[in-house]
Amino acid sequence: MKNQGFALEVKDLTKIFGQIVAVDHVSFQVNQGEFFGFLGPNGAGKTTTVRMLTGIIKKNDGEATVMGYPAGSIRAKQLSGVMPELSNAYLDLTAWGNLMLMAELYRVPQAHAKERAGSLLTQLGLFERKDSLANTYSMGMRKRLVLCMALIPDPQIFFLDEPTSGLDVQSVRFMRAMLKNLKQEGKTILFTTHNMEEAAEMCDRVAIINRGKIVAMNTPDSLSITGGRIFLIDVSFDKPLKPEDLAKLPGVSRMETTQAIEAADRLRAQQAMAGVGRPGGMGGGGSGQGKMQAQTAGAGSLTGAAGQKAGGGPPATMGAGKIPGIENGEGGKSDNRFRLYTENTTLLISSLVDFSRAHSLQMNILNVRPPSLEDAFVRLTEEKSREK
Amino acid sequence: MKNSFGIFDQIMRSFAIMKKDIKIYYSKGPVVLMGVLWPGFMFVSFAFGRGISMAALMPGLISVSVFFTCSAISPVVFPWEGQARTLERLVSTPVAVWTILFGDMLASALTGIIISIIPIVITVAVGTNIVDPFILIIAILLGSICFSTMALLLSFPPVNQPAPIQMLSTLVKFPLMFISGVFVPLSQLPEWARIVASISPLTYFTDIARYATGGESHYSIAVNLLALVAFTVVSWVVAVKLHNRTMPMRV
Repeated sequence: MKNQGFALEVKDLTKIFGQIVAVDHVSFQVNQGEFFGFLGPNGAGKTTTVRMLTGIIKKNDGEATVMGYPAGSIRAKQLSGVMPELSNAYLDLTAWGNLMLMAELYRVPQAHAKERAGSLLTQLGLFERKDSLANTYSMGMRKRLVLCMALIPDPQIFFLDEPTSGLDVQSVRFMRAMLKNLKQEGKTILFTTHNMEEAAEMCDRVAIINRGKIVAMNTPDSLSITGGRIFLIDVSFDKPLKPEDLAKLPGVSRMETTQAIEAADRLRAQQAMAGVGRPGGMGGGGSGQGKMQAQTAGAGSLTGAAGQKAGGGPPATMGAGKIPGIENGEGGKSDNRFRLYTENTTLLISSLVDFSRAHSLQMNILNVRPPSLEDAFVRLTEEKSREK
Repeated sequence: MKNSFGIFDQIMRSFAIMKKDIKIYYSKGPVVLMGVLWPGFMFVSFAFGRGISMAALMPGLISVSVFFTCSAISPVVFPWEGQARTLERLVSTPVAVWTILFGDMLASALTGIIISIIPIVITVAVGTNIVDPFILIIAILLGSICFSTMALLLSFPPVNQPAPIQMLSTLVKFPLMFISGVFVPLSQLPEWARIVASISPLTYFTDIARYATGGESHYSIAVNLLALVAFTVVSWVVAVKLHNRTMPMRV
């Protein structure tokens, strides 16, 4: 290895497709042994960045080194394992054939390659099917096979592009366990995902990319509180009440009604359908919009049933401000479900209890949610979309 | 693991790509069809009934078999792999673009060499003598490499659908077959046709095959061999240059 410093060093990396700047002067560094998450909406430039770093496409500008070697060089590729979002195993070869091909391309000695292939296929639950053609595999099996193909040369750094997308729950857990093992072995991992929970759980640091630019980079915990230590309290009463009565309670820094949350979710879904936040879809693949829409719609359904699922969808802070008549509940209609934002949960909860007693109200739901990476992600990516 | 990055290692990687290509693309029935049956039938329909002797026909059969086998599959491997995203996989491994091209060329040439046994057996079976087997073997080796390298040239446009490449390939291959003295010996062609024939590598291969099967060659064997080498080198240099340029647009 040439460099004992950063495993990955990226400076002003830029990629332009025609008129579209897919990756716009992106700079970051990844330490050796670090699990680094690369988060962003569809079309934000994650995959394009990974493709430049792995030498699949050429950059237009900037510098990048992998383990001290220029990204895309033969030496850098020799030290890298790549797992793309879509499986790209040879479907007309068996699993074993695919692994042996990779071993030969990385010049792994044959005896070692056979031993390692057997061990990997066993670990990933594919050994029984090692002589079946890859075209007979399910999607989850193909993903596992592609992970095996990335692992066989025992690389120093892994580029994993949404490794868990499209997998069933068992396969996701299995994949996460494998990735944790890699981290324990001291491998460096650059990992792209849409799944905030996954990023928060797995990554040492994350970078959030939007419209081709990095908008934030820190540990998941630090990013979660970038907007301050704001907690969310979802509360539901047995009777409707005026929003402004709740907004006056001590400890409330901001409030949204269910109507506002649902309206914001609808707005986000419309924006996703219209392609807001997508720099032309480069690198994100054709299915990106559909996924974004599905995500947002999911968030809407969770927040729509406010409080029924702790840690539910994004807080919908962005859209609320744009919808007349419901911001901070001012002048809003009576409702019985609310989302309150506070920096002092104890004060607000005791205020809510006092308020309920004073107005003979029954609290049906009271959920407290700490600031999350997902909140930070939505806030940061939507702020940029709004600025645009 | 060896940390080796020299030409030898790249060539070894090319052999891995060659093995993969043979397993996936060249061991399939359609290759035999394209390489032997199809040119064979076409050759028979064109040549028979014209009063040409078997001895005069057989060099042409050997030529078109080798030519069509070597140029049938290799131009469409890139579009197929681009479509299946396996090309992206290859590009992300420690191989250069020329390594991939070399592997594809080796697979195609090896298939051409193996398939050439069939027309040679037919040649012997119809009573045509092979008077210089050594030269014929050298010609088949060189010709297969030359035609396979030329076929790589045809696949440089960055499309991930085989159809446009197949069309381009047909547009190039058919005229070559008709201008290269495959059906009529060069010496019997008019002067202008001989000049046109000189731009086709198939001319030189057919000329050697004609000599090896007891006929008269138009050019000396050395000229024919040198011409095949020259076509190979030029095709290789241009193919590597073009593919280096178009590969990023393809993946």
